[in-house]
Amino acid sequence: MLSISQELVDKIVAHARADHPDEACGVIAGKNGVPERFIPMANAERSPTFYAFDSMEQFRVWREMDDRDEEPVVIYHSHTATEAYPSRTDVSYASEPDAHYVLVSTRDENEVEFRSYRILEGVITEEEVRFIP
Amino acid sequence: MAIEVRIPTILRNYTDGAKAVNAEGATLDELISNLESRHPGIKDRLVDQGNLRRFVNVYLNDEDVRFLGGLGTPVSDGDTVTVLPAVAGG
Repeated sequence: MLSISQELVDKIVAHARADHPDEACGVIAGKNGVPERFIPMANAERSPTFYAFDSMEQFRVWREMDDRDEEPVVIYHSHTATEAYPSRTDVSYASEPDAHYVLVSTRDENEVEFRSYRILEGVITEEEVRFIP
Repeated sequence: MAIEVRIPTILRNYTDGAKAVNAEGATLDELISNLESRHPGIKDRLVDQGNLRRFVNVYLNDEDVRFLGGLGTPVSDGDTVTVLPAVAGG
């Protein structure tokens, strides 16, 4: 299960809406599995169907997390024309075994789809999301 | 002296859980081969058919080795090599 504050959820959704129709991506850093620090990342692909962290930005962010004893608790990205479910490419790249992979779909202007998954060795497991007010 | 290699969570099953290990070599390619002799299986997760796998980023100190010389990048004692899984998808 992912427990996440409504404030962080709103930030993820706002980022996804702002970058629509391109995919948006980023990280929530935290400790002991608790998501705390919102880190929007550039989508180096600037694409409506693909995303990739810029390798140098990722290096800086990962080192900063290391210095603060944080981990990437949430790795999020948006789908802009399809449902918030991991694509085959998402699964092939997923390599943070402890991360919650959050997907947001912005295909509907009014409704937000916000879902979370564990992706381990090619297997997708959806998990419950608890929104903390 | 040796070269410190920082290992991401996903590859720590090859290093008995260690976050950082030491290895030697004059180039990144040699370093990875040396790493393989100490931690069998790890090379295949980094290199595919003579090239770095696109699923991993490898940094020499603060630089992505793709912008340096790839596997041919010279390395020397005191350097730090960092391996991170690329974060990407569709």
